[in-house]
Amino acid sequence: MNIVVLLKRTFDTEEKISIANGQVQEEGAEFIINPYDEYGVEEAIRLRDNHGGEVTVVSVGGEEAEKQLRTALAMGADKAVLINTEDDLDEGDQFTTAKILTSYLTDKNADIILAGNVAIDGGSGQVGPRVAEGLGIPYVTTITQIEVNGKAVSITRDVEGDSESIQTSLPVLVTCQQGLNEPRYPSLPGIMKAKKKPLEEIELDDLDLDEEDVRAKIKTLDIYLPPQKAAGRLLEGDISAQVDELVGLLRNEAKVI
Amino acid sequence: MNFELDEDIKVLKRHVRDFIQNEVEKVAMQIEEENKIPGHIVEMSKEMGLFGLSIPEEYGGLGIGMVGKCALYEEIGATHNGYTTLIGAHTGIGTVGIVEMGNETQKQKYLPDMAAGNKIGAFALTEPDAGSNATNLKTTAVKKGDTYMLNGTKHYITNATEADIFTVMAVTDPSKGAKGITSFIIEKDFPGFHVGAVEKKMGLRGSHSAEIIMDNCEVPIENVLSGEGQGYVNALKILTNGRAGLAARNLGSCQKLLDLSVMYAKERIQFQVPIIEHQAVAHMLAEMAVEIEALRSFTYRVAWMVDEGQTVIKEAAMLKLYGSEVYNRVADKALQIHGGIGYISDYPIERFYRDARITRIYEGTSEIQKNIISGQLTKEYA
Repeated sequence: MNIVVLLKRTFDTEEKISIANGQVQEEGAEFIINPYDEYGVEEAIRLRDNHGGEVTVVSVGGEEAEKQLRTALAMGADKAVLINTEDDLDEGDQFTTAKILTSYLTDKNADIILAGNVAIDGGSGQVGPRVAEGLGIPYVTTITQIEVNGKAVSITRDVEGDSESIQTSLPVLVTCQQGLNEPRYPSLPGIMKAKKKPLEEIELDDLDLDEEDVRAKIKTLDIYLPPQKAAGRLLEGDISAQVDELVGLLRNEAKVI
Repeated sequence: MNFELDEDIKVLKRHVRDFIQNEVEKVAMQIEEENKIPGHIVEMSKEMGLFGLSIPEEYGGLGIGMVGKCALYEEIGATHNGYTTLIGAHTGIGTVGIVEMGNETQKQKYLPDMAAGNKIGAFALTEPDAGSNATNLKTTAVKKGDTYMLNGTKHYITNATEADIFTVMAVTDPSKGAKGITSFIIEKDFPGFHVGAVEKKMGLRGSHSAEIIMDNCEVPIENVLSGEGQGYVNALKILTNGRAGLAARNLGSCQKLLDLSVMYAKERIQFQVPIIEHQAVAHMLAEMAVEIEALRSFTYRVAWMVDEGQTVIKEAAMLKLYGSEVYNRVADKALQIHGGIGYISDYPIERFYRDARITRIYEGTSEIQKNIISGQLTKEYA
């Protein structure tokens, strides 16, 4: 089985985000594999171990993304591709990334493509579905279980407070949701061996794309932090008084009932 | 002079930190309460390859130098010291004898299973009458044909209940003193080998120290480690090599205590201000930070000397002494800064405080380290 994982380098979930000159500051920050993509890497490895084949992890980004690709290789992926846009692009959006990935994947005959449900930075959840559209293959988002039997694929996906079962067939693109699996820690010998696994680096030229083809369709006007949350309020008194007060507040102050 | 860790080591270190802080820290209180490392943590540690971090690559280990090992030990020290000791004693004194002094057959037989964590290693020198006076061993080994017959009792053997492979020192020729001691590789299933009473300790819960008893224990001659009469020299080498690693583990614990103390001092309000704004508290933090930084520099310098193949008898003793003493001073200050809550078992400070205490005693007391250092000085100035 030819398995591809789309992987993004993102801020560590524990980093404090700071903004200067309209840009999120990256200096000194730790970076990780986008956690939803990490579910994809783990599931890809399990699928390969059960069905045979090869796992390729692909990332669009700068030179630094090599570290996250190496981590995926250390977890057990077979090879990695970095589509380095550092020299070609100043900015991009979901369209940009999806277009580049689609161009790369067009002749790769992937059986299964796994992407994250969302990236924890931008949070758009668009790249996976857009790539599937570009390739003309079915896609299923927010999956929490997947089984492949020959060409048949059974999937369970998260839907608002419930789950949905879907039957589809290869090739397919899925986006991974929390609950799909528990990603393994890369083993230390695995990390050392990952240095010797193939990591191919290509640029837009290699995909016959130029800057115009992938120009962002979204313009970012401003970036700002959410307002600080005010401290909560503790109600006091006996229970019935508290309930009355709470109902009053919900009705008159929060205006939610 | 280059103070930067290699990129490879930085990557390994980051992944070990992730594992320790996300998984082991989560069960630290549980380890303390149950006096047991949860099985899933041991399994995950095996899968990560932590049991093989001191074993060469060709025997299934990680194959990194002492600087690299110390970088990882620093992370492994930053959590419950019972867990730290399970990994540290195995990868340190538990395996080093076979790695450094074992012959090819012994290495091939034992190291792959030890690297995978399927077999745990322990080091057995101490006896009721042979603590700091390590040559006063009573355990005897008498050669009979193809085997040695061992008789005697060892005590306070770290990881004895978990261990499968023991490096044991015994007297083969009582007339030769230190030169009459031989070291043996003993498997727990050898006839006549028993693990005895498990000690109740002040700390290091989750790591178990016990007696081992050899009652006509038969050990094949091929399990002698680097020749008859080499046992005491072997023991000293094993302990010397372990010292940089032990200091690195202490360093990790110290850093954890500093992290907890600074965070607490910034949050805890007394007299209307965070206590870090009270100079008496701020100065304690400053003193902790200075000693930790000095310990860090010293640890990596000695580790580097080991990697360069230099003799480190004096420096390793200095580092063992300094690392243990700093850990105790840092734990004491951390407890003082935390005040009452530091003394309460719901919070990790008192645990580190108790666990720190053994570091001045095991693997050579602070006083023995001073003997080694002054002995070396005497030679240098002869």
